[in-house]
Amino acid sequence: MIELRNVTYIYNEGAEDEKTALSDVTLSIGEGEFVALVGHNGSGKSTLAKLFNGLIEPKSGTVTVNGMRTTNHKDLFDIRKTVGVVFQNPDNQMVASVIEDDVAFGPENLGLPSAEISERVDWALQSVGMGEHRKGTPFRLSGGQKQRIAIAGVLAIKPRVMVLDESTAMLDPVGREEVMRVITRLNKEEKMTVVMITHFMDEAALADRIIVLKNGRVAGEGGKEIFRNRALIESAGLELPLAARIAAELRECGVELQGEITLPEELADALCR
Amino acid sequence: MKDVSFGQYYPVESPIHRIDPRIKLLAVILYIVSVFFIRKFVGFAVVAVFLLVLVFLSRVPLLKVLKSVRAVLFLVLFTAIMSVLFYSAKNAEPLWAWRFIKIYKEGLLNAARMALRLIFLVMGPGLLTLTTTPVELTDGLESLLKPLALMRLPVHELAIIMSIALRLIPTLMEETEKIMNAQKARCADFDTGNIFKRAKSLLPILIPLFVSSFRRADELADAMDSRCYRGAKGRTRMKVLRLHVRDFVAAFILLALLFVILVLRYNWFGWAFIGVLW
Repeated sequence: MIELRNVTYIYNEGAEDEKTALSDVTLSIGEGEFVALVGHNGSGKSTLAKLFNGLIEPKSGTVTVNGMRTTNHKDLFDIRKTVGVVFQNPDNQMVASVIEDDVAFGPENLGLPSAEISERVDWALQSVGMGEHRKGTPFRLSGGQKQRIAIAGVLAIKPRVMVLDESTAMLDPVGREEVMRVITRLNKEEKMTVVMITHFMDEAALADRIIVLKNGRVAGEGGKEIFRNRALIESAGLELPLAARIAAELRECGVELQGEITLPEELADALCR
Repeated sequence: MKDVSFGQYYPVESPIHRIDPRIKLLAVILYIVSVFFIRKFVGFAVVAVFLLVLVFLSRVPLLKVLKSVRAVLFLVLFTAIMSVLFYSAKNAEPLWAWRFIKIYKEGLLNAARMALRLIFLVMGPGLLTLTTTPVELTDGLESLLKPLALMRLPVHELAIIMSIALRLIPTLMEETEKIMNAQKARCADFDTGNIFKRAKSLLPILIPLFVSSFRRADELADAMDSRCYRGAKGRTRMKVLRLHVRDFVAAFILLALLFVILVLRYNWFGWAFIGVLW
């Protein structure tokens, strides 16, 4: 789906405050995957999100989406139809003061007939559980609700990949859970490819594959077994997910636990066995 | 600070809300023209009744509409007081005089007319923005201005700039409040001192607000790009504007209002009773 080959990106090149955000990053994201991109602040995570749909172009290397290069400006429209990005601050993503108008913005840009736009708005809002707010304004909503509207706005374009760039970072725990529930449902039921960029490891634990970024490089990647590699996670400036950390401590004390433990439920299951 | 009723949509279903935004915009223009033509107090009474009926139909609380006046209250009072003080009549007895200040009956009436005119001028557009979403408004404007696009005027771009500006007003208000509180927490003083001192104390609010606005604009641009925005090219709309019978009725009512006001002013039919009206 998305293919990055030897991608390097430098901010303010040539200036005094030049900063290499990504160096020689190669990674690929397959159809239907749920990938978490983790790394601490300044590890280059957010730069990746903007590379995925061609908002920025790599300094060297290539980014391809379904075989289309993001440096090819003619393909940008199709690339953005394929890869939807939800950003961190819901307030800075809304273009309209009425929810349905905001969600309609994407499909309107696609040039769809008005009846279909309306259908998509309905569908997108239902998908994120905000169907009854269609005519309301986003200002009175909670952070989690606003971010779900932002997700609906991207969803209405019907992209095949949804990239969430720290989309839960500004939310309270309830809002974060709301958003995560929507995301996991989209991935499992609608077979949407999801790339989640985050530093909340409990969220990363929900993904099928985890890519760890450190100082603009891929420090490691793998399935949930990556959380067994505590040294790797901690050297990237991150913490293990809570359940994995407890499991690791328990194992150190000699408690025998079966399987990969990253979620609280899995820890409970392993303990009760 | 938080209460900006001007430019804030009041989401309810009503016959006024449903009127085509193009018609509403034209109607507001007619309304404003009408208000400018008012000379007699009975004209203001007609407009007041008209507005009251509209507010009732729109199901927007009257208080909300009146709040839009609050923003210009200072201006209203200022102009009214000025026009009372500086009104001079050659051959009339002042009601009250003190040194060079003379107050005439005609001056008071004039000031009242001016104040009423300003208040009514604000209430019309106020009701418009309460019953029409910014998106509808800009759609209407875009559609009305479409002929100008032939003259290479970037109509779509102007419309989207306006809609985003409107959309950001509450967000920026919230932000201003946040910055003010942050400065207050560090003992900034916004409420005392003369006007220059106060204006100067606003600087530490404006600068962070400016900086964050640019950041917001950047992020919004990215979000818009990500949602396949590429200007007017190939863009369709969810809400296609179509005129209904009710829109023609609304237009007719506004034309009728203008007609009544004009008749009251110029007395085209020579009706005697108009002459006696106030």
